[in-house]
Amino acid sequence: MTIDDLSTEVLLKVEDVSLAFGGVKALDGVSFDIRRGEIRAIIGPNGAGKSSMLNVINGFYHPQQGTITYKGQTRKQMRPYEAASQGIARTFQNIALFKGMSTLDNIMTGRNLKMKTNLFWQALHIGPARREELENREAVERIIDFLDIQAIRKKPVGKLPYGLQKRVELGRALAAEPELLLLDEPMAGMNSEEKEDMSRFIIDVNMEFGTTIALIEHDMSVVMDLSDRVVVLDYGCQLADGLPHEIRANKEVIEAYLGVSHD
Amino acid sequence: MIYRETGQFKDNYSDDQALFPIAQDRYVIYAVLLVTFAVVPFVLNQYWLNAVMLPFLIYALAALGLNILTGYCGQVSLGTGGFMAVGAFSVYKLMVAVPELGFVPLVILSGLITAAVGTLFGLPSLRIKGFYLAVATLAAQFFLIWMFNKVGWFFNYNATGMITSPPMTMFGVIITGPEGTPAAKYLLVASFVAVFALVAKNLARGRIGRNWMAIRDMDIAAELIGVRPLIAKLSAFAVSSFYIGMAGALYFAVWLGSAEPTEAFDINQSFLVLFMIIIGGLGSVLGSILGAAFMVLMPILLKNVLVNGFGTNSALAAHIEIMTVGALIIIFLIAEPHGLARLWRIAKEKLRLWPFPY
Amino acid sequence: MTFFIEVVLSGLMAGIMYSLVALGFVLIFKASGIFNFAQGVMALFAALTLVGFMEKFGMPVWLAIIGTILVMIALAWVIERLMLRHLVNQEPIILFMATIGLAYVLEGLGDILWGSDVKLLDIGIPQGASDWMLDSFDIYVEKLEVFAAVTAAIMVTILAVFFQKTRVGRALRAVADDHQAALSVGISLHTIWVVVWSVSGIVALVAGIMWGSKSGVQFSLSLIALKALPVLILGGFTSVPGAIIGGMIIGVGEKVAEVYLGPFVGGAIENWFAYMLALGFLLFRPQGLFGEKIIERV
Repeated sequence: MTIDDLSTEVLLKVEDVSLAFGGVKALDGVSFDIRRGEIRAIIGPNGAGKSSMLNVINGFYHPQQGTITYKGQTRKQMRPYEAASQGIARTFQNIALFKGMSTLDNIMTGRNLKMKTNLFWQALHIGPARREELENREAVERIIDFLDIQAIRKKPVGKLPYGLQKRVELGRALAAEPELLLLDEPMAGMNSEEKEDMSRFIIDVNMEFGTTIALIEHDMSVVMDLSDRVVVLDYGCQLADGLPHEIRANKEVIEAYLGVSHD
Repeated sequence: MIYRETGQFKDNYSDDQALFPIAQDRYVIYAVLLVTFAVVPFVLNQYWLNAVMLPFLIYALAALGLNILTGYCGQVSLGTGGFMAVGAFSVYKLMVAVPELGFVPLVILSGLITAAVGTLFGLPSLRIKGFYLAVATLAAQFFLIWMFNKVGWFFNYNATGMITSPPMTMFGVIITGPEGTPAAKYLLVASFVAVFALVAKNLARGRIGRNWMAIRDMDIAAELIGVRPLIAKLSAFAVSSFYIGMAGALYFAVWLGSAEPTEAFDINQSFLVLFMIIIGGLGSVLGSILGAAFMVLMPILLKNVLVNGFGTNSALAAHIEIMTVGALIIIFLIAEPHGLARLWRIAKEKLRLWPFPY
Repeated sequence: MTFFIEVVLSGLMAGIMYSLVALGFVLIFKASGIFNFAQGVMALFAALTLVGFMEKFGMPVWLAIIGTILVMIALAWVIERLMLRHLVNQEPIILFMATIGLAYVLEGLGDILWGSDVKLLDIGIPQGASDWMLDSFDIYVEKLEVFAAVTAAIMVTILAVFFQKTRVGRALRAVADDHQAALSVGISLHTIWVVVWSVSGIVALVAGIMWGSKSGVQFSLSLIALKALPVLILGGFTSVPGAIIGGMIIGVGEKVAEVYLGPFVGGAIENWFAYMLALGFLLFRPQGLFGEKIIERV
């Protein structure tokens, strides 16, 4: 794919974002954009600030400097509720599922913002509350079918193996019908079969639902296969930004990852 | 073999989401309800109704309330006694001022008043978590008891500081105060528990319940599915205090008849209800009820065995009782931290196979 | 003016007494992450045992103290064996509830063994007002409370050194952080816990002696534990100096509020003032004055 094939509408743009914790600078003047409908990979060595970048987009961290422009609206920082209601969903490196609930319930929580009935109706569980519950259950079951996790829907997620938990987490993010999906190392800890499955899901989500995806990933082959464009971070700074094959050939990127040999 | 679900297929989500999808469960519930409402009031004598069933049911209501806050939403509260006092004093003032509204509406009103107070005292939960929140609720507990003790308006400037429940009737039968008919009181309280247990179940399996549990399990992640921690936590405090307030109102008006704040609603009450939900099972409606039954029945059983059975004097029996409660708490926490509700579920699992071993 | 100073001093002294109990909490929390609700009852139990040894067995003071220390160590061993061992890595709230259960058990046991009537405790600590203070500054100060303050200062110093400088102290801090990680580097959790609960038991004994000498050994002693909670909040749950300073702030705050604000609202403010103060602190500085900041990561 060439750069012209992609849509030109910019869904998210971060400009000159800097984030520091005490004396440690996690992000230093990072700028890049994400276009609607693309799969954008964010890569870099450990500690480069990739997760921090997602946390900034999400609203968990507030940058000291810089702006975030989402769907045309520029702001200094995001708030988590704002991000959620504006159609941003994400998964986490260390799995942030609700361990006390079942798979089905976890994914149902993703529908939270789509459900509106008030306390009174819910207490009685008739009429509007019941209808809403059943409608959303249908939507969630479609996701369960898509991710092929029917067998575990009533199991408490705490008891599931790691790979399945990651899938459930993806399900929860998808349940919100997001416009922008942030995936933080979705393949971490998976074997090659699981990685293939996960890659297929990611591509399907992007092509069938048109969801824009920002993806942090360490596995280079996955990055090269899946992504449309790549941005590289190292020590909080931006090293490179471009198409996958350009990044792969970029000397600085190679040095950052593999180290420089001294003669 | 008894408890098999084979052959019971659901072909729509509505059936799958029903409260008791398995037929055997339904039969048990119908049987329990039948016995509760149609059998017990005619079979049990006055002592059992008054000294055992009434406190059991009233505490079950309080335990339901606390479980909503602590078990489902994960906010630890040691202020239960204080909130029960709010319910009691509210219903007292209302009974004196507007008795014509009828007892049940007044109880519900006192629940609402307690919900408002509970929401106020729940505000710190936005900044404070875990233990620290428990200590903050202690502030509520001590402050409320002090207030009901000192501020004369609450007990109508009565010299002793006690409040006494005026007799109120329902369908021509007296249900409050010492003159009330035990059977009538029992049916009234049992109805409250049945209705509000159902409400609790409904809330738990709906959006609000899921949001509460999300806050409990990982409140940071909850934010990103669009849960506003403020609304979720305060709603938990509000609903929980509603239940606890009603329980307090019933405790005073229907069971005790008269009450003095430092005795009836002190910190030991808070601990007692907390023990009930821990032993019964956090995050479980059945657990709240089982826990209440356990903590009410056990001291009575113990006293009977010790005093009547072994002839121990009652002071010693009281000390042994305290030790036993403490020991049982520890034993439960070690053996089954998820409480009686979990034991019940395990028993049902075993019943699936019984009489086969595996 | 002297009256105000007296109130403040009296508050400081009361505060030191709170601190003695709070110190026991801090030790156990620092080393095992458990908030020991039974600390107050342990103080009561220790005092009861001491009096019991002195009166029922007629032991001289020094022997009775040694005997009680041995009892507290044995108690720590039993608690570890029967309770703590089985609750490794459970959530804090479960551990907390277990200590409430423990408090009930100890309370009942103490009553059964030694009786529940009020007892006098006199181990020779000087009583009565300090004549020197009275004569020089016209201020009333109890000698007992000064003695308590000095004892507290000595204990704090010993404990601070213990935690910072010794190998055992370091192990204790490791255990507080993460039970399983500590186990995996070969720290014997069980020994550590017996050590900590024993030390805490001895601290409880000291607290029990001070309080018991002051107002007799009785059940209300265990309620002091509840007062220690605001102290810990102010000082930070993991800080030994924090327990002292927090105690003093609470002590002074309570007394001053009672004397100067109390009359306007009918008195007995002491019941809840400390908690309100703690609540205020929690809202603005959740980790207390000296506690460690809690950072949450996703």
